[in-house]
Amino acid sequence: MTSRSVKPLIPDEDAARLAAAFSRRGFMGAGVAGGLMATPLFTAGAAHAQAAGEAEITVDQARTAPIPIVLPSLGSGVAQQVTDVISADLGNCGLFRPISASMPQGTPDFASYKSMGARAAVTGKVVEQGSSLRVEFRLWDVLVGKQIQGTAYTAAAQDWRRIAHVIADVIYNRMLGEQGYFNTRIAYIARSGPRAHQTTRLAIMDQDGADSRYLTSGQWLTLTPRFNPANSELAFMSYANYRPRVYLFNLNTGQQRLLGDFSGISFAPRFAPDGRSVILSVTRGGGSDIYLVDLANMSRRQLTASGAIDTSPSFSPDGSQIVFNSDRGGSPQLYIMSASGGDAKRISYGHGQYGSPVWSPRGDLIAFSRIANGSFSLGVMAPDGTGERILTQGFTVESPAFCPNGRVLAFCRQSAAGSGGAGFATGISTIDITGFHERALPAGSASDPTWSPLNK
Amino acid sequence: MKLKLLGAAGMALFLAACSDHADKNVNTGAATQQVGPAPGSEADLVATAGDRVLFALNQSTLSSDAKAELDKQAAWLAKYPQVHVQIAGNCDDRGTEEYNIALGERRANAAHDYLVAKGVDASRMTTISYGKDRPTAVGDDEASWAQNRNAITAVQ
Repeated sequence: MTSRSVKPLIPDEDAARLAAAFSRRGFMGAGVAGGLMATPLFTAGAAHAQAAGEAEITVDQARTAPIPIVLPSLGSGVAQQVTDVISADLGNCGLFRPISASMPQGTPDFASYKSMGARAAVTGKVVEQGSSLRVEFRLWDVLVGKQIQGTAYTAAAQDWRRIAHVIADVIYNRMLGEQGYFNTRIAYIARSGPRAHQTTRLAIMDQDGADSRYLTSGQWLTLTPRFNPANSELAFMSYANYRPRVYLFNLNTGQQRLLGDFSGISFAPRFAPDGRSVILSVTRGGGSDIYLVDLANMSRRQLTASGAIDTSPSFSPDGSQIVFNSDRGGSPQLYIMSASGGDAKRISYGHGQYGSPVWSPRGDLIAFSRIANGSFSLGVMAPDGTGERILTQGFTVESPAFCPNGRVLAFCRQSAAGSGGAGFATGISTIDITGFHERALPAGSASDPTWSPLNK
Repeated sequence: MKLKLLGAAGMALFLAACSDHADKNVNTGAATQQVGPAPGSEADLVATAGDRVLFALNQSTLSSDAKAELDKQAAWLAKYPQVHVQIAGNCDDRGTEEYNIALGERRANAAHDYLVAKGVDASRMTTISYGKDRPTAVGDDEASWAQNRNAITAVQ
């Protein structure tokens, strides 16, 4: 028992992962100088850590009743900003209800928190140490009156948002038993100008819409960025020099390179789960074929040759299957085939046309757009085509993209242009796969979201 | 019949929309005042042959109207054998972004293949697709969508 009380509350593996997240954040020379250090904080009052499993609450319960969590301000200035970001992450995901309070001295008054209905509580403080910032954070289980996490994070002062997202991820993970997704980014297409001829720029922002920046100039039409699930790389489509093709963009170096040299239009790229290859479409005659390109040597393998339009391929998370969009049967529908090609099985049978399928990283769902009677729906179905559920609808709702834990979809919502085009609006929203908690991200005029892996 | 009407109504719009392109092909300077568009120019193509064909919803089949339009383009291209063109396929916005890139290319390809069959050298033509990203008409009714399902020939 005594040895347990001095054990780090974050296993070393987790601390290393969180620290690595910061060292990898370098971004085109303007990124993080130092790394993040995560140090365990030992409990003063409580004897030992609560096993993580005991604190788990299922997400389905949280959906109907968000977990009340006491989140006092960590202080003024940057400390308040850190508090606000943690609170926004937890509140906006819909699974928590942050409750403000004054910061207790030492151990919280669990009885009063309990009477407020709280399940968990946060304490901590922020210490500014010259150019670095140290955030001490403890998470308490109010019901049993014990600390379940205690860590001090030290990082460059300008990375205060990152620290806040990591803390929110730890809270999410310890309370729900699932990996969080707050320390992530979303790449997208920033749009401006008139509807008939929009300027499109490759852009990237934090998951909550903060710290957005352009990656391309807007000279050429640019579409469909896709994150590599294994590193800080994007595949995207550019019409550079009037030759629409797929390129790769390295976020660490800013370097771009052409992905394969196809004679047709190459488009609709998506990485394999291990990040080592990309599947995409290439037009040929009146149709398009799906190819696999090995990133190590740029060798290619043709996976379909139906003569019809085969596009929007997406791997299953185990890499064994591909879902894609095809009009081989007459209208655009969803099909599944082996990752090596061959026979395909149609899985979409609802009213209308289907498109933009994407496989959940959990493997259990495929998200898609459906178009019927002139309007769009965004939905999910099981990989065998059963259990179709529509999550949201609109004039245009498309380009679904899963967050790393598969719990939330980012997507593009566009309104009707109306006469003269003045009504046109395009933006990025997120929605829980339950269909709850839809909210627009503060990304401005945008489309084509793609979610980074955790800590990228 | 509906398409025919829309095509006629849309023509004035198209001409207006293409005036930007026309400017660069018109000779400048007072010495060579031109009455009409320069022969072999984009504006000339639009004025004498028309620069586009329209398609039905989710279709890339050439209607008899579309074929008649392309016959005029083929005759015009025969008259100016030095001219190269790019055929851009476009879609209405009632499809997904990626599917429409392929569908637009399919439409451009249909026009391309028809012109080849009518004797235009394939080496004079390229195709491109803008999917649903370059609508001609910005409205969101059947009339606008009909105009946006097209293949547009542009002088290079």
